Amino acid sequence: MANATAAFALAGSAAPPRRNGELLFEAPWESRLFGLTLALYEAGFFEWEEFRKLLCEEISAWEAQSAPQESWSYYARWRVAFERLLAQKGLLTEPELEACMKSLAARPSGHDHASLHGDEEERTR
Amino acid sequence: MSGDQRESDPRDLALRVEALEALLQEKGFLDSTQVDAIVRHYEEDVGPLNGAKVVARAWTDPAYKTRLLADGTAAIAELGFGGPQGEYMVVLENTPTVHNVIVCTLCSCYPWPVLGLPPTWYKSPAYRSRIVREPRTVLREMGLELRPEVEVRVWDSSSEVRYFVLPERPAGTERLSEEELRQLVTRDAMIGVGAVRAGEASRG
Repeated sequence: MANATAAFALAGSAAPPRRNGELLFEAPWESRLFGLTLALYEAGFFEWEEFRKLLCEEISAWEAQSAPQESWSYYARWRVAFERLLAQKGLLTEPELEACMKSLAARPSGHDHASLHGDEEERTR
Repeated sequence: MSGDQRESDPRDLALRVEALEALLQEKGFLDSTQVDAIVRHYEEDVGPLNGAKVVARAWTDPAYKTRLLADGTAAIAELGFGGPQGEYMVVLENTPTVHNVIVCTLCSCYPWPVLGLPPTWYKSPAYRSRIVREPRTVLREMGLELRPEVEVRVWDSSSEVRYFVLPERPAGTERLSEEELRQLVTRDAMIGVGAVRAGEASRG
């Protein structure tokens, strides 16, 4: 399964984009999150079923707790499920994530997305 | 890890996902260019046109149709489609007396290799709960009026199986080529919330 995407990239490369007029992703973070999940899956870090179970759990937990007017975000649920999976697999911890978010948030405004680890500072110095 | 179930600010979510990517890349678990390629692939290459090719082939090649209904995964792979969420495909044939429709009541399982990623409404709590309880009403709201004698079958994805609807070939399309037939097949028809119409304009 490791090369699944590559395998059907060939088959689908002649196909024009078809979205039936709907956006697949409503915000850039949603598509990144989807891509991160698939990338780890294709690299063999987990079975899809492991993720699917967590996603189902998160969705039902949300549905059980939420008031009807509360806004629904599918990829927000996906995000929680993905982070639980990362923790279960020992790939990432919450403190690491918090620390990284803090350093990203501390970037000067207008700072480019590509430089997350100070590489740019090194280069421009 | 689930103490923050309520996201207030979309910017926080964006930042969080950015941090996830940065860390996973830093640890060497993935590469951002690989993530770019995956996203582009799902946005541009995988979509309902794949499913439409399968349907048009089944309509024009009876032997293929038999294989498709007997072993969906293998027959779909014959056309070059497969991959995540398509490991175990079951094809449901609509007939004049049976109409099939698919859902995933628990989350959002969907046959990616033939339909791409699911539309927003497919993942919504409303569709997932209502299509099971009141399928005819939901289908009518979505523009599909079924004759009273037609039996509606709702198929809920299980952990492994991904369903895919083979719509009825509309009358009046006998002279169309496989290529032309493909143009008629819509995503909604392959989910089972629409029907294929002979006069449907090409979506090209």
